[in-house]
Amino acid sequence: MRIRFAGDSGDGMQLAGARFTEASAIFGNDLSTFPSYPAEIRAPADTLGGVSSYQVHIADRDILTPGDHPDVLVAMNPAALMANLGDLQATGTIIVNTDAFTERRWTKAGYTSNPLEDGTLDGYTVLPVPMEELTKKAVEETGLKGRGVLRSKNFLALGVLAWMYNRPIEPTLGWIERKFGKDPQVLAANVNAFKAGYNLGVTTEIFRHTYEVKPAHMEPGTYTNVTGNLAVAWGIVAAGVAAKLPVFYASYPITPASDILHELSKHRNFGVRTFQAEDEIAAAGAALGAAFAGHLGVTGTSGPGVALKSETISLALMTELPMLIVDVQRGGPSTGLPTKTEQSDLLMAVYGRHGESPLPVLAVGSPSDAFETTIEAARIALKYMTPVLLLSDGYIANGAEPWQVPDLDALPDISVPFQTEPNTPEGFLPYLRDPDTHSRPWAVPGTPGLEHRVGGLEKEDGTGGVKYDGENHELMVAYRERKIAGIADDIADVEVDADDGATVLVLGWGSTSSAIHAAVRMVRTGGGKVARAHLRHLNPFPRNLGEVLASYDKVLIPELNRGQLWRLLRAEYLLDGIRLSKVQGQPFKAAEIRDKIMELIAS
Amino acid sequence: MTTQTTTRQDWQSPQEVRWCPGCGDYTILASVQNYMAESGIPREHAVFISGIGCSSRFPYYMNTYGMHSIHGRAPAIASGIAVARPELSVWVVTGDGDALSIGGNHIIHAMRRNVNLKVLLFNNQIYGLTKGQYSPTSEKGKQTKSSPMGSIDLPFNPVSLALGAEASFVARTIDMDRDHTIAMLEAAYDHRGAAFVEIYQNCNVFNDKAFQALTGKQERTENRVHLEHGKPVTFGPDDEHGVMIHDGTAHIVDVAEVGIANIHVHDAGAESPAAAFALSRLSHGPYGPTPIGVFRSVERPVYEDDLDRQIAAATDAKGPGDLKQLVTSTGSWVVE
Repeated sequence: MRIRFAGDSGDGMQLAGARFTEASAIFGNDLSTFPSYPAEIRAPADTLGGVSSYQVHIADRDILTPGDHPDVLVAMNPAALMANLGDLQATGTIIVNTDAFTERRWTKAGYTSNPLEDGTLDGYTVLPVPMEELTKKAVEETGLKGRGVLRSKNFLALGVLAWMYNRPIEPTLGWIERKFGKDPQVLAANVNAFKAGYNLGVTTEIFRHTYEVKPAHMEPGTYTNVTGNLAVAWGIVAAGVAAKLPVFYASYPITPASDILHELSKHRNFGVRTFQAEDEIAAAGAALGAAFAGHLGVTGTSGPGVALKSETISLALMTELPMLIVDVQRGGPSTGLPTKTEQSDLLMAVYGRHGESPLPVLAVGSPSDAFETTIEAARIALKYMTPVLLLSDGYIANGAEPWQVPDLDALPDISVPFQTEPNTPEGFLPYLRDPDTHSRPWAVPGTPGLEHRVGGLEKEDGTGGVKYDGENHELMVAYRERKIAGIADDIADVEVDADDGATVLVLGWGSTSSAIHAAVRMVRTGGGKVARAHLRHLNPFPRNLGEVLASYDKVLIPELNRGQLWRLLRAEYLLDGIRLSKVQGQPFKAAEIRDKIMELIAS
Repeated sequence: MTTQTTTRQDWQSPQEVRWCPGCGDYTILASVQNYMAESGIPREHAVFISGIGCSSRFPYYMNTYGMHSIHGRAPAIASGIAVARPELSVWVVTGDGDALSIGGNHIIHAMRRNVNLKVLLFNNQIYGLTKGQYSPTSEKGKQTKSSPMGSIDLPFNPVSLALGAEASFVARTIDMDRDHTIAMLEAAYDHRGAAFVEIYQNCNVFNDKAFQALTGKQERTENRVHLEHGKPVTFGPDDEHGVMIHDGTAHIVDVAEVGIANIHVHDAGAESPAAAFALSRLSHGPYGPTPIGVFRSVERPVYEDDLDRQIAAATDAKGPGDLKQLVTSTGSWVVE
């Protein structure tokens, strides 16, 4: 069952969606969510540009995506109806706030007549609810006056949905109490509105039946609901624990990455130091300084911020200090579509620096994959003394899904001992490399006898002194390249989920993983044979990738960009891949990928 | 931690010092090394961070931990170090272009936050490393390679800027005057919090004698206005001149005429930076009577101390971090 809450950006739709999700998670459904909101904080009321929505897919089986087309649309105003009706299933249900359908407001949304009366909604099941009227009544006894009254109408809608889907009401009531406890009037208003919505379902006839979405059959274990940003933040905290290092997270607020900063700033009791810098460059600089001082230095941002940080990332690469850079991608270039998702920073991550400057790149595949991938990125940074770029995106960042909590006592030990003694009889050589990893020792300030200088000028092999000599430069370029390329021996092979006899491989990275998985399932349900693989490591690629690619006739690469992985694979393996590109600020619909797979199987 | 006394040689790195012969940077390097040897700072605790420019070569010559980083970014990198490791002694070496042009944003925010950094700004009023363009402290009208008809930029007054950026310690000294430089280094080190020390530094290749008014044998006694906490601000060969501040502006007066009792008494610890600011405006560049010494030195909470207090308070309230608790903090459920 896919439900979409839609309304004005001030209507509290994100909140209603998130509460419904939480109650469903606690109930035991598997779920996946997709919030979508405008870039403006308060776009003009009742306009298409101001529509904010939150889709949640709940099921009694494991699900992969928020779903292509919702079954139920909650439309708080005409603009929300106009913007979302096209996506609704042909036989879908619309719960509509009838009070919002005045001529002035439907005109503003672009209708020329009232869509509730002119046949626009024929074929759909329409459940009309005068939400503003009902909210006013419910809130009356609290004494709340003026504009504040209607603010509770999202809770009324939420109450209706809670009844329809038999959601437990306690989690929501408990949440309202915690959130609004300080303001008894608002607390009472929201509780009353929520209960009024719920009771409306119980007592009126318009809602003739409720829907039973039973708990999903999931692997035994403890689950929690995570968004990508939350899980990345927790992954950073856990990486600090696993590395036995304090975490230093420096960041400058930017959509859609700011939530990582918000979350980490709550965890000072882990010794996490968050530093809200004056700009993106300073955030990268402070993280690098902390790394030099022996902390797990991390900075988080989105594409425009990575561009600003690139000079510091190059310095981290030259000084060979560990550093983690999280890029929560959004639509670009420039300010682009700041609240919409895209995967178009891959080439920047791999190549976007001056000079010969390779560094490891990893991508988070889903909210539930973010924790582990973040720890893996930190592991590589520390072991190989290198900056590492970790890509997420707006869809993963804000989307939520259940995540099975791993055994936290069994976290990998990713600690790297600091150098405490000179590494040659003649003294300390800061650029004396480990013969296996090509990594250099990490000697932190405060260690007597190992005082040394690092910097952006080319280093002399071994001593790390300044050296401009051409042959030394070529040697150092080769060392840095070899160090990163060699990481391929230290990462997992790419796994392929293949049907016997499949000739088409669908290869993805990042947030397309769920849509690809769902599409492959659709193809298989129809009897088609297909193979699927997902890349967590984008530089270097897993050792077996070339072999995997060579074993299929056709390799389909769906990406929310114009073919960036497709281009990398072409460069690396001379692969004549087939790209499927989408740059609409929205994730793939599973059906879009399915159709392309079917076309390739047939051709 | 080493506690034995050190000599200047202990603080010299094996790297060959490469500035132009006659550069003021040599003198400053010697002063800093001399001061460090006397200071009792353990060598392994000293960290020198620089950006890019002639002055930014400095860390290579100090036998300490150090980083020669990116143009303008030293205060940001140094902030990361100081906040991560408050027990270290972190020094930023920068120039007028590095700190006030490309790195202007970082310098003001480091001051505002009051991170425990010692910023040594070598001001030579020119771009030396790129061979002679005007800098953000070059005087208006200056003819350089990039301003053949004269610069049309109004220069910054670095001391005014630092005061405006809420710096808790601001001082000025002159490369040639080693004793005064060392006294300012000591005062900066003793101040816990961000310390901003402008050092007038002669670039004998691209901007020779820019500070003649303060270093020339004749001129120096006429123009150096020594600021000393608790003392009337007087100057001149016989302290015949003095400074009065009224309506927020510093004025030069004859002491004999107004009487010593009416001369402004310097209070570096004054809560308000207004008088220090007025003194910084006595000259907008080193051309006439110019104050040197400590303009301002006030105690203010230090960023990393506040952060550590928050860490302690959060740990007291919630207990040390527990990952299991963390990942179930937003609600969890068990599937049997």
